[in-house]
Amino acid sequence: MSFRSWIQDHPHLLERLYQFTERVFLGLDPLWSRLGYQRTEQLIQPIEDLAKKLMFDCQICGQCILHSTGMTCSMTCPKNLRNGPCGGVRANGHCEVKPEMKCVWVEAYERSLDMPIYGQEMMVIQPPLNWELQGTSAWVNMVTGEDIKLPAGWRDDE
Amino acid sequence: MNEQPNQTSSPSVEMRSGSRLERVLRSGRFAITAELNPPDSADPQAVYDAALVLAEVADAVNATDASGGNVHMSSVAICALLTRAGYEPVLQIACRDRNRIAIQGDILGAAAMGVKNILCLTGDDVSNGDQPQAKRVFDLDSIRLLRTATIMRDKGMFLSGRKLEVKPRVFLGAASNPFVQPYDWRPLRLEKKIKAGADFIQTQYCYDVPRFKKFMQQVRDMGLHEQVFILVGVGPLRSARGADFMRTRVPGVIISDEIVERLEKTPKEKQAEEGKQICIEIIQQVREIEGVAGVHVMAYRQEELVAEIIREAGLLPRPRLKVQSIPRSFEGELEMLRRQALVEE
Repeated sequence: MSFRSWIQDHPHLLERLYQFTERVFLGLDPLWSRLGYQRTEQLIQPIEDLAKKLMFDCQICGQCILHSTGMTCSMTCPKNLRNGPCGGVRANGHCEVKPEMKCVWVEAYERSLDMPIYGQEMMVIQPPLNWELQGTSAWVNMVTGEDIKLPAGWRDDE
Repeated sequence: MNEQPNQTSSPSVEMRSGSRLERVLRSGRFAITAELNPPDSADPQAVYDAALVLAEVADAVNATDASGGNVHMSSVAICALLTRAGYEPVLQIACRDRNRIAIQGDILGAAAMGVKNILCLTGDDVSNGDQPQAKRVFDLDSIRLLRTATIMRDKGMFLSGRKLEVKPRVFLGAASNPFVQPYDWRPLRLEKKIKAGADFIQTQYCYDVPRFKKFMQQVRDMGLHEQVFILVGVGPLRSARGADFMRTRVPGVIISDEIVERLEKTPKEKQAEEGKQICIEIIQQVREIEGVAGVHVMAYRQEELVAEIIREAGLLPRPRLKVQSIPRSFEGELEMLRRQALVEE
């Protein structure tokens, strides 16, 4: 718990870690594709889940957008919001649903200010979640591109 | 967005829906919307009674969608009743109770019933409602809902990409709460909602005008007031105790200490009157703020009081109503449907 709060108080460090992990994973794609993505997932997911659980209380949505949400897992918001805070935030900045918890988005916003690489991504409009990916490895989904497949109507064709 | 700088009502692109609310706003007039609190009844008369009072003083009437997580008659049904009688409803959709499949169906169904305004909300949580054991859905959030409705209206398709035969012509709204943290993010979130398709905004109750002014300053600096119509949420406080209840128990409502103290200093029997006065003063203050396009008046099950406030704030008369006839009873409602059917034949 204290590890989590310590690491989360260093958003810039986290975003660099994120960037590094992303590059390594994408760079190793030839290896993953030879290994087979399914087998890769079996190998990697226990590590991914553990690391993300420890650091972010990851909910394993399978389509990680941590870098766009101030390195704060938006799925820990009881309303699963992915586009910013709701209007129910309490006067002390705590959550409408869990009064003992600081609003996930108040934290996300504060952290994003300390994130020169990805901080601006808070303004990206996040698409509806693909619930089919829940419980799968977001890292593997990133390599295969599954995590950014949009519903056909949502895509910008113009 | 195509802006026409010379018009007072600058958020001016082509008509989205041609709704009465949209026409009032685009004409540059100060708009008024009011909240209709859905009955706990299967009798449509309760809806018509409330609407009769509000329609005379408001340009459009919001039908809430189980606000606070409390179950009442559904918003879609109320809107359908209202359009049948010639009223102008704003359908509220909260993401709490329905997933994307149900919501897209409701948008089409509502548009088919003549609904032209839709307010897209994330929604209060179930935990403060009358059935906190319920499963919360939140498949979408307000911004994804807005974008979904925009896709249906502008691209003529469902999220899946499947084509619609007829697009829903709707004027899309969203909420904004400038009074809660993170304050600096609130104008950014507004910007995000505009990008997702919001044509108008109805804010949370404003009981802190200085905070709201700060918010509007940021909104103007970002030029957002030229891209969206902002209606400020207002409402009367019934008593000092009521104010205290609202600010401690109702999610997202912030009431300044100054206002609570003012009510506390007033003798009990005069507190309701004082609450009304405060509301009128707030209306007059926010009206002066550049970029404010109207007010949204809310008072839980006190439609008469809402009418009084709008009258006494000097906001009448409203642009003329086009109500064909107002059924006074369920029989009257049936009679009207029969007449409509005859006309259509």
